[in-house]
Amino acid sequence: MMDAIRFSSPPRHEAAEALRHEVRAFLAETIPARTPLARSDSWNGYDRDFSRKMGARGWLGMTWPKQYGGHERSAFERYVVVEETLAAGAPVLSHWIADRQSGPTLLRFGTEEQKGRVLPGIAAGETCFCIGMSEPDSGSDLAATRTRAVRSADGWRITGTKIWTSNAHNADYMILFCRSGDSTPADRQAGTSQFLIDMKNTPGLTVRPIIDLAGQHHFNECHFEDALVPAGALIGTEGQGWQQVMSELAFERSGPERFLSSIQLIVELIAALQGSDSDLARAAIGRLTAHLIVLRRLSRSVAAMLEAGENPALHAAIVKDQGALFEQAIPDIARSLIDAEPDRAATSNYNAVLANIVLNAPSWSLRGGTREILRGIIARGLGLR
Amino acid sequence: MSDGAMLIEAAQRLFADRIDDAAMRRARGGEWIGEAWDAIAEMGLPLALVSEEAGGFGVETVDALALVRLAGAHALPLPLAETMLANGALGAAGLPLAEGPAALIDGAGLTIAGEGAGWRITGTAARVPWARDLSTLVVADGAHTFRIGAGCTVAERSTNLAAMPRDDLAIDAYCEASGPATGVSPLLAGAALRSLQIAGALETVLALTIEHVSDRVQFGRSLSKFQAVQHELAKLGGDVAVAGAAADMAAEALAGDPAEATLAIAAATIRAREAAGSAVAIAQQLHGAIGFTVEHRLHWYTTALWSWRDEEGGTRYWSDLLGRAALAAGGAGFWQFVTEAA
Repeated sequence: MMDAIRFSSPPRHEAAEALRHEVRAFLAETIPARTPLARSDSWNGYDRDFSRKMGARGWLGMTWPKQYGGHERSAFERYVVVEETLAAGAPVLSHWIADRQSGPTLLRFGTEEQKGRVLPGIAAGETCFCIGMSEPDSGSDLAATRTRAVRSADGWRITGTKIWTSNAHNADYMILFCRSGDSTPADRQAGTSQFLIDMKNTPGLTVRPIIDLAGQHHFNECHFEDALVPAGALIGTEGQGWQQVMSELAFERSGPERFLSSIQLIVELIAALQGSDSDLARAAIGRLTAHLIVLRRLSRSVAAMLEAGENPALHAAIVKDQGALFEQAIPDIARSLIDAEPDRAATSNYNAVLANIVLNAPSWSLRGGTREILRGIIARGLGLR
Repeated sequence: MSDGAMLIEAAQRLFADRIDDAAMRRARGGEWIGEAWDAIAEMGLPLALVSEEAGGFGVETVDALALVRLAGAHALPLPLAETMLANGALGAAGLPLAEGPAALIDGAGLTIAGEGAGWRITGTAARVPWARDLSTLVVADGAHTFRIGAGCTVAERSTNLAAMPRDDLAIDAYCEASGPATGVSPLLAGAALRSLQIAGALETVLALTIEHVSDRVQFGRSLSKFQAVQHELAKLGGDVAVAGAAADMAAEALAGDPAEATLAIAAATIRAREAAGSAVAIAQQLHGAIGFTVEHRLHWYTTALWSWRDEEGGTRYWSDLLGRAALAAGGAGFWQFVTEAA
């Protein structure tokens, strides 16, 4: 049982470390003028042009086969690119979901036609994805999904509503999780499937904005009204949607994005403390630095497990739970060291970033699996239930 | 099975056999459990950090450090980690190994002066582990390593919360020979070993807690069926996983280049200690009143963890060290600092 929560030592990967310097130089050259406030949007920064530049460098779809536009590099090299871009607050949103999650799902379960049509565009930084999972009555309880796809003569007819769909208003495609058959009392997760939805060319699909607490438009409501998608839109096997979704969660839950959301506030905090630090400040910065160093180790350890073909769902849940605790603790640590009123319009970078981080922090233990869901997974992994 | 895995398995059997409840109670009562120490010494464990050339038996450093973690999992009430470290320093300095329990301390607070062909070391060393039982004291001051076999008197007997001796030693010793001090400072090495002990003890705390919430029935069902309990246990599992990874990081730093070990060990120390505090609070809560008695085994691990987390430099000391370095890197240099620290 103790072995179940051991994180193996992440290997040192020389090629990845060499790449790190390249990525840093690229970022210094490509986004030198990006403001601290904009950087603090973390992976919510949207810039198609930046994604194309990443694609041109060969830094998207890095681990995928070359025949689909990939570069057949290691997970460690991809990890370095991801953490360096996130740590710099680069605008990754346009490629982020596709590179992390949607592409790997298609690579694993998609048809040849889907892979040939979509993956090269993701690797080039041209194609943007969103994820259609949550519904008005189905949040953490994903199996309660009510959106339904019904086979028709010309493909599938889809009816239902997806909600909290980040970036749906910009995305070219969605991977939709919905019901294509019936569940059984013994198997609530039965009868679900995944579909590749063309966001720009699907009659019967409407996308409406939802403004979040921070006043920003990331969320959307996606309404499918007898929307017609072709037969070739089915991803993988009909009825296997649940198993397919579960296999991608370890990718979604263990990356550096799970503890770097507030890195920009740490950067501004350290900058603001220059020349006026105190015993209290040094101890606080030392503590948060220790947390970050160990979190990074945990995350890199999961990357190694993923590279080895394992499915470390439990480890990923631990990384995400610990990561969210850390990134959400940063605003209060900052507030205990520097007196400042949070204001996104402030001329002081520190005050502006503080505001953005405070406003966005609640979402970090919700997205990608709530804290409560993660703790249930961890408890189960420890043998409880 | 590798030699390292075989050694760990043998040590596990030895600890399980020798460090039973009766032995733990005797140790907690202030007794030196000599027969257990003799068995440990006979297996050669105190030499695990000594290279083969220096008289050890060629154990990989990471395997030797896994022994320290295992000792923590048993809250071993004997100075095995301390003696391993002291012998490691003696071996590296080309000095004779200790013949019994030993400890390595920093010479910074002592007066070390040349006398004749050798050295005179005088002063007081505070809270030396098992000082009353040591055969050898090893002092390292950054340049030299000294082996002291005589000339130490216990000035004040004390213990930590787990009844492990932490005595003040009055030292007035003459050393004929010294060797070069290699490796990290005694404080850094000591902190790394405590992190490993913490990680080991936390694994036992987690196992005990899972066992308790699975067996204990209230309101007609086992505690483990309550979601509130499951979530607390999940937090405990997170703490244990984090402390384990931190300890691995400390072990790798200790086994690696001494010039690059400081920040990694500081970070590991800070994080493992914080996890220990959080984990113990959860474990005590989930055990209920029975966990707050000396009848239940939990207290052995709780009191050991509450002691180890404040030994070998306080948490403020380590946080200040790491914080100072991070602040020196500046805001723009912070991320690079993080990626290079460990």
